[in-house]
Amino acid sequence: MSTSVGEWRQHYLNAGYSVRSWLLTTDHKRIAILYLASITLFFLLGGVLAGLLRLELLTPHGDLVQAETYNKLFTLHGITMIFFFLIPSIPAVLGNFLVPMMIGARDLAFPRLNLASWYVYVLGGSFTIVAAVTGGVDTGWTFYTPYSSTYANTNVILTALGVFITGFSSILTGLNFIVTIHKMRAPGLTWSRLPLFIWAHYATSLIMVLGTPVLAVTILLVALERGLGIGIFDPVLGGDPVLFQHLFWFYSHPAVYIMILPSMGVVSELIACFSRKRIFGYNVVAFSSLMIAALGFLVWGHHMFVSSQSMYAGMIFSLLSFLVAIPSAIKVFNWTATLYKGSIAYQTPMLYAFGFIGLFTIGGLTGLFLATLAVDVHVHDTYFVVAHFHYIMVGGAIMGYLGGLHFWWPKMTGRMYPEGWARVAAAILFVGFNLTFFPQFILGFLGMPRRYHVYPPEWQILNVLSSAGASILGVGYLLPVIYLLWSLRYGAIAGPNPWGATGLEWQTPSPPPTDNFEKTPVVTEEAYAYSLPEASRG
Amino acid sequence: MWDRFRLFPEQASTLAGKVDSLFLLLVLISAFFAGLIFLLVAVFAIKYRRRSDTERPRPIHGSTGLEIFWTVIPLGITLTVFGWGATLYFTMSRPPATSMEVFVVGKQWMWKFQHPTGQREINELHVPLNRPVKLTMTSEDVIHSFFVPAFRMKFDVVPGRYTTTWFQATKTGDFHLFCSQYCGTSHALMGGRVVVMEQGDYERWLSGAVSEESLAAAGEKLFGRLGCSSCHQRVGTGRGPSLVGLFGNRVKLTTGETVGADETYIRESILNPQAKIVAGYPPIMPTFKGLISEEGLIQIIAYIKSLRIEEKAKAEP
Repeated sequence: MSTSVGEWRQHYLNAGYSVRSWLLTTDHKRIAILYLASITLFFLLGGVLAGLLRLELLTPHGDLVQAETYNKLFTLHGITMIFFFLIPSIPAVLGNFLVPMMIGARDLAFPRLNLASWYVYVLGGSFTIVAAVTGGVDTGWTFYTPYSSTYANTNVILTALGVFITGFSSILTGLNFIVTIHKMRAPGLTWSRLPLFIWAHYATSLIMVLGTPVLAVTILLVALERGLGIGIFDPVLGGDPVLFQHLFWFYSHPAVYIMILPSMGVVSELIACFSRKRIFGYNVVAFSSLMIAALGFLVWGHHMFVSSQSMYAGMIFSLLSFLVAIPSAIKVFNWTATLYKGSIAYQTPMLYAFGFIGLFTIGGLTGLFLATLAVDVHVHDTYFVVAHFHYIMVGGAIMGYLGGLHFWWPKMTGRMYPEGWARVAAAILFVGFNLTFFPQFILGFLGMPRRYHVYPPEWQILNVLSSAGASILGVGYLLPVIYLLWSLRYGAIAGPNPWGATGLEWQTPSPPPTDNFEKTPVVTEEAYAYSLPEASRG
Repeated sequence: MWDRFRLFPEQASTLAGKVDSLFLLLVLISAFFAGLIFLLVAVFAIKYRRRSDTERPRPIHGSTGLEIFWTVIPLGITLTVFGWGATLYFTMSRPPATSMEVFVVGKQWMWKFQHPTGQREINELHVPLNRPVKLTMTSEDVIHSFFVPAFRMKFDVVPGRYTTTWFQATKTGDFHLFCSQYCGTSHALMGGRVVVMEQGDYERWLSGAVSEESLAAAGEKLFGRLGCSSCHQRVGTGRGPSLVGLFGNRVKLTTGETVGADETYIRESILNPQAKIVAGYPPIMPTFKGLISEEGLIQIIAYIKSLRIEEKAKAEP
């Protein structure tokens, strides 16, 4: 804080410049940067694939690509975005960087395990890339059997192995967070004083540790059937094809909460900071994260209302799916109430938080349509589902990620991003996103099935709108890539706390020293004590 | 491009209007809550915008009353929607007893239909107006899904088991039929149309279409050709149990359990006879896996079903 511009100060970024100092680092902040670079590459890959899909769908015919290529494109888009971008995004980048800093620790509980989880992630990612380059895979990211286990003649094993391996990176990260949050909190930082970002990551970690092994087992079973002909899912071999769906969604539905909960944590931080208010109903918001994590494990069957699962099972899963919507609704109400009588500033991270509230609300409400049995029968496996989960994943999770990235960018790099450009990009993203995905709700209601590269001509107008939106969305994503890189050299010097935020991570210089804090901080007040003047805090 | 543009799908079945009412209710609920949130966020964001950098708003910790209020209200609404949706789903899952039955076999990448009277169709299904049609469906390879948007009806077609769904068309015309469960390369081309006709037209179509024999008759021939009839005789003196009156009744097994004899049970007993052995009979039946097609199975099931009808007819006078 006393450091003036230009004066040399040791921090985590200048602690070493060699490749070795990066690849063998055990500093959680450097590992976060490694993750940031790798997930950005996967995001750009997934984005290009999405662009090709939307380009093909401009016309009702298969003219840009044929069926085989299209099927490989949407499969790789889904696998890349879900397993290699969304699941690691906030936890592995922002969580890695911030969990120790927010609780006043020097690092995560197991720094070497943390580095290992990045290597495991990269290894898994490489498998999938190799699979894609050497012919691709066409099962969809859901790998439904018996198509994936018997009938597909693409690189299923190699891709699935990539996903299998990456799962371990999730498990290790989750384990690391749980232990760190339990054992390494600074003196005075009780559970009821934890930032909501930490609560969200705690809930996320529980899902990662409990859910991911089931995915691993499922993939292993598919590989056993495909490789060795052991009958598990294929009825020809005496298996049950629907069993796969139960196992797959037992992980993959909670995985949706792995993707959205951290984003909710980020939004709580942003709203508190930019309205200078304690989060309304802190306890309820924290508890609702745990409720989502717990109930999230009990709703997988809502993906299977028309799968031939028992009708009564369908009814129970429907009921539980309505219940899991309640804690999400409670969060939205509490965030809105936080704004009441606040002191609201409109910097870019807050714009993303507003975007998140709006788009997540629409995404969540359309989830009710899918939880409603009779309505789901009609819109299941149509573009309505595609639109719904993109509202949650892109409108929710990625808006939260970008909001968080802008918010903590000065902390991570010591530099400010250009505010004007960032606001423009946020606005472009919001417009582009809605233009891309809102028409898909209508397409789905009209009956357009997912994973079609050709469609009846009467649906072309809505598809053209969606593709037009995608091109705007593409520009919106490229802008931050450009100006954030630009800011590394030319951005204004940020200082330790450019937002006047509470939270331990803002009480240390930017970028933080390798050990995070010169001396272990002591916490004497609750999170979000924004009513106190800045000078008296910390 | 514009000529057939629409925002609402056509309603052409008895259930379509009911599903749409529920859908519209959900649209209204969503519009209300989304509107409320947008409005509050916008009003607060403008009214309480930061006016000076030194201002420090008074902290508000929360309100138990409000938390209960906005937990209970959405809970009540969602439970209502749940109940409505579940009731309608129950109706969708139960074909009326008066339904005419059509058999559906999905395979990569076509739909095959068999009418009880023997007519076969591919990728096109002709059905009469205002009559419930029950579909009994299975797949030869991977999972497919039978989806007719205009009927608001969809159900997966799963290899190794029979699934059923039903509809009652209320409009004549051609309606899109899609496969909605991704099934490989030409998934997007695995479609066709459902043609709904007036009863008279439908009968004319039936008599015009090629049909050698009814499903049950074809099944009876197959039953003889595969040698089933040497053990499963009409009277219970064969090495296997008699199949007369079997369908729809309960069967006692050697394990002491009883099972209902439905399509799935008969199918399993043909392909995997050792799975469930009827009490009092030795486990000597060989598997017919690989010797009989999905269509053949459907024919034999139709034949076994007809044995029930014969018996009842005999008992009546």
